[in-house]
Amino acid sequence: MSALLIRFGGLFTRDAAADRVVPPEGFTVRLTVFTAAAMAFLTVFALALSLAAGRLATTWGQELALASTLRISAPAGQQEAQTEAALRVLSQTPGVASARALTDEEQKALLEPWFGPGLPIESLPVPRLIEIVETEDGFDGEGLRLRLQAEVPGAVLDEHTRWRRPLVAAASRLRLLGWVSIALIGAATGAMVTLAANAALAANRKVIEVLRLVGATDGYIAGAFVRRFTLRTFTGAAAGMLAGMLAILFMPGGGEAGGFLTGLRFQSWHWLLPLLVPPLAALVAYAATRIAARRVLESLT
Amino acid sequence: MIELDNVAYSYSGGALLAGMSLQLAPGSFHFLTGPSGAGKTTFLKLCYGALRPTGGALRLFGSDIAAMDRDAVALMRRRVGVVHQDCQFLDHLPVADNIALPLTVSGQASPDQGANLRELMTWVGLSDRAGALPPELSGGERQRAALARALILSPEVILADEPTGNVDWEMSQRLLRLLIELNRMGKTVLIATHDMALIRAAKAQVSARVLRIAGGTLQTAGAEL
Ligand SMILES: Nc1ncnc2c1ncn2[C@@H]1O[C@H](COP(=O)(O)OP(=O)(O)OP(=O)(O)O)[C@@H](O)[C@H]1O
Ligand SMILES: [Mg+2]
Repeated sequence: MSALLIRFGGLFTRDAAADRVVPPEGFTVRLTVFTAAAMAFLTVFALALSLAAGRLATTWGQELALASTLRISAPAGQQEAQTEAALRVLSQTPGVASARALTDEEQKALLEPWFGPGLPIESLPVPRLIEIVETEDGFDGEGLRLRLQAEVPGAVLDEHTRWRRPLVAAASRLRLLGWVSIALIGAATGAMVTLAANAALAANRKVIEVLRLVGATDGYIAGAFVRRFTLRTFTGAAAGMLAGMLAILFMPGGGEAGGFLTGLRFQSWHWLLPLLVPPLAALVAYAATRIAARRVLESLT
Repeated sequence: MIELDNVAYSYSGGALLAGMSLQLAPGSFHFLTGPSGAGKTTFLKLCYGALRPTGGALRLFGSDIAAMDRDAVALMRRRVGVVHQDCQFLDHLPVADNIALPLTVSGQASPDQGANLRELMTWVGLSDRAGALPPELSGGERQRAALARALILSPEVILADEPTGNVDWEMSQRLLRLLIELNRMGKTVLIATHDMALIRAAKAQVSARVLRIAGGTLQTAGAEL
């Protein structure tokens, strides 16, 4: 790999005279540059999508883990007993990582914003709250509810954010699809460059013959083509990347409300990631052209 | 410099040449004749490594061609100036750049090559055509441009395939004089041609050996010339 990178670097130090030995082709140049630009643009979007989906999966997942509470509203005398019973049920329920009754102090802190300090919580019929932490897979809400109905009549299960569970799964899947798309775009770029390079090599068969006649090595001839396609791809990819970043920069942003749609922008250092797209595209083009050129040259005597 | 020992060559179609032995000594002057289709061009291609023998041993500058890889053949080719039968050029580059092409591809292009190049172009009478594109040249101009390109790296051996193919008698005499002059400078020269008058004119000026390809092999021509 490092040897490849050194050769890749040497690509740009060769003199310009070497590039002129292969005739310019206006139309295919524009096509290659355009395709590279389009691919880079798509890559930036797939990247943004992947990262945004990843962020969403993470935050939603964290909220889910603390999603459920159990409220025990029982007549004063039975509250202790029912809380005990509920904790027992929960400890036997698969999918519950832990369950804990909030202390009086904690409940007081929760109520303080509404009723002010100094609330005599002991003398009020305040329901007891049990905080449930779920495991990765979660518990079966319906089953738990039925069992509680039978054993703890005063219990109310509140799992208000549970509906997000399938969304978290979808967000994770979306992130994966984003990465798959980027890989596919990379492969398509390689295929496109291979096709273009093969066409250029075939069109320049006579040029290659003349170059061999005057003592050009395979490396020299291949280099003339490789340089050309690498630079074209790099230029196109740089333009496409800039366009993609601008498009994302000017996406209307805005708080939590929009959620996914408005959260597509890159965050902090993630803005640097798209900068990798042009060099990586150039590397793909370099490898693809090199392989194509070597194959064509070996087939000539 | 070029040694053939029982060399044979067959295209995929079938055997063309066989049993060819020859030593091309430094500074010698050879003609190669034979009917059209006998294999003169094929023979020259063997001599500059464009084709590899299918039998026998061929040594170029002391190295066995069988042991040379593609890069070694490319490097060896810089020591041989080839004037191709159909003068291949890069049609998108001006004549001067085409003549300088061997310098370019061997990485020897330098700022002071200009003087050399101009001198060479004057010598072959193309100094006022430097900026023209190859398709704009006449047949004789193309032949001379091809000769100039073959000479730019000061090769030890010059292989010319029908260098007077498309030109009138006067121009062919001029080209011949250029080649004889090169031979006097110590270069080894091999010219493939079926122009007997040219050979006779040359023999009046230089001691040239005449080879002949006939019946699929290489012979030394007799005194009929
Ligand atoms: N690439 C090839 N594949 C198959 N056969 C070939 C190939 N090149 C040449 N030949 C055949 O080999 C024979 C010799 O060709 P060559 O070009 O060496 O002849 P030549 O003596 O140079 O002829 P001319 O005087 O017309 O130039 C011909 O019959 C030709 O058809
Ligand atoms: Mg011929």
